[in-house]
Amino acid sequence: MSINKEEISKIAHLARINVSQEEADQVEKKLVGILALIEKMQEVDTDLIEPMSHALNINQRLREDNVTEKDIRGKSLPLAPHAENSLFIVPQVIE
Amino acid sequence: MLNLSLKEISQALERKKFTSVELTQFFLNRVKKHNPSLNAFITIDEARSLAMAEKSDQLIQSGKKSILTGIPIAQKDIFCADEWRTTCGSKMLENFISPYDATVIQKFNEVGAVNLGKTNMDEFAMGSSNETSYFGPVKNPWNLDCVPGGSSGGSASAVAARLAPAATGTDTGGSIRQPASLCGFTGLKPTYGLVSRYGMIAFASSLDQAGPMAISAEDCGLMLEVMTGHDNKDSTSIERKKENYTDSLNDEIKGLRIGVPKEFFEDGLNADVQKVIEEALIQYEKLGAKIVNISLPNNHLAIPAYYVIAPAEASSNLSRYDGVRYGYRTKEYDDLTEMYFKTRQEGFGDEVKRRILIGTYVLSAGYFDAYYLKAQKIRRLISDDFKVAYEKCDVIMGPSAPSTAFKSGEKQENPLAMYMQDIFTISTNLAGLPAMSIPAGFVDGLPVGLQLIGNHFEEAKILNAAHIFQKNTDWHLHSPKGID
Repeated sequence: MSINKEEISKIAHLARINVSQEEADQVEKKLVGILALIEKMQEVDTDLIEPMSHALNINQRLREDNVTEKDIRGKSLPLAPHAENSLFIVPQVIE
Repeated sequence: MLNLSLKEISQALERKKFTSVELTQFFLNRVKKHNPSLNAFITIDEARSLAMAEKSDQLIQSGKKSILTGIPIAQKDIFCADEWRTTCGSKMLENFISPYDATVIQKFNEVGAVNLGKTNMDEFAMGSSNETSYFGPVKNPWNLDCVPGGSSGGSASAVAARLAPAATGTDTGGSIRQPASLCGFTGLKPTYGLVSRYGMIAFASSLDQAGPMAISAEDCGLMLEVMTGHDNKDSTSIERKKENYTDSLNDEIKGLRIGVPKEFFEDGLNADVQKVIEEALIQYEKLGAKIVNISLPNNHLAIPAYYVIAPAEASSNLSRYDGVRYGYRTKEYDDLTEMYFKTRQEGFGDEVKRRILIGTYVLSAGYFDAYYLKAQKIRRLISDDFKVAYEKCDVIMGPSAPSTAFKSGEKQENPLAMYMQDIFTISTNLAGLPAMSIPAGFVDGLPVGLQLIGNHFEEAKILNAAHIFQKNTDWHLHSPKGID
């Protein structure tokens, strides 16, 4: 399997990353190379193998739904590119 | 104060030979002198570090001292530290002042260690040469034309040049061990889940693990004792009794079975590096260990599987950088969609964008089974290889990296050649095993690292094996010339 510019433009859209005309050739060339590397996986038959999503066989713990964090609003909001009245401001979405 | 072990520094502080403020100032002066050429630190905050040192001196005065109290530690800039700029090597977080402490940082603070500054790294820890940092490449103190390795390249350069007594790093596919190898010091990646990932900026969550970078195995053990422990704030943190890693350092290694995987000595390993590794293994035999030939037959599939799993997880983790709540936002945009697209185009570097795109691709409809599920199955095969191997041996040894430090720029335009740097380290991340790199010799004046891989939770065993080697050799005590 390989990848072409049309598919790259599709995944770039999914990833919300602009890929400019000038970047497109380089991106394609490098992604094609990486996918060829990944393709080596297809050499082995893994039909009967259980997928492994975690290095250790552990279960997720449950906890009480209590408030444990202190309020860091005063420290967090100034980090936003644009905040007013304790709200994050983005361009208008709904008319 | 230079070239002292952490234990020696600790004793000197206790005996009032110098204060933490004096010690911290000494290392800050070294940082200020050498950072212009090495670029090991992204952020230095002299006043803040010295204020921490003053507090530590008070702790020492009042007799409330533990082993790392008053010792300055360089922190990889992937760890959020309250009120410190925390960039992760990215333009995206260029002006991010963390509003909280990562658990690792908090643990060092609790024992009164001093934060010496935030070290440079590959952007979002994606790289093996520390050339993808938005804040410029880091240089290897053994040869300024060479890379220090990555992604923990700033911490590596700082420890090797003795700009800090010790540092922290993180290792997703080799980011502690490969730079430790290329810069000639001791680095350890613990078992997955042993050190909390809370506040450690996420790259690939099922693989990321923080660990110590220092001169010796003993130093790493002392740091590990501070860094480990169960944390409610990290759902993958292991619930396990906290262990002591230094009591068994001097245990005999007679009869220790060292598994040597033949796959680590095949294609891609530099012949001179191989000689150094073989000599180190002979040294181990002289110390009473036994060499056992083993095989990790699926090791060649580790890099392909990793370059599915890690980018997949990264593409999800990095979706949070959208220019809304924190971080970079593009200057000109007409609507929300354009804001997202341009923010991410301008805020991320090329390697990060490549990995996000790959990750998005392998998770997208129609490709999930062929790539992501397949990679997870191969991950199982790789993990099972280790299980079989550990029936025949106690530790596994081999090279940490396929070569010594390479020239800056040499692999920058060739991602595939760069990815091969981690050919001996990635499989242990996939299997979640603890592993370290220790200095084992030199090739043309550049250090070579020996890798020691333990079974799950056997940090004490590999630290013991490393310490015995370091008691009988002095490779770890060499430091680069010209960094006065």
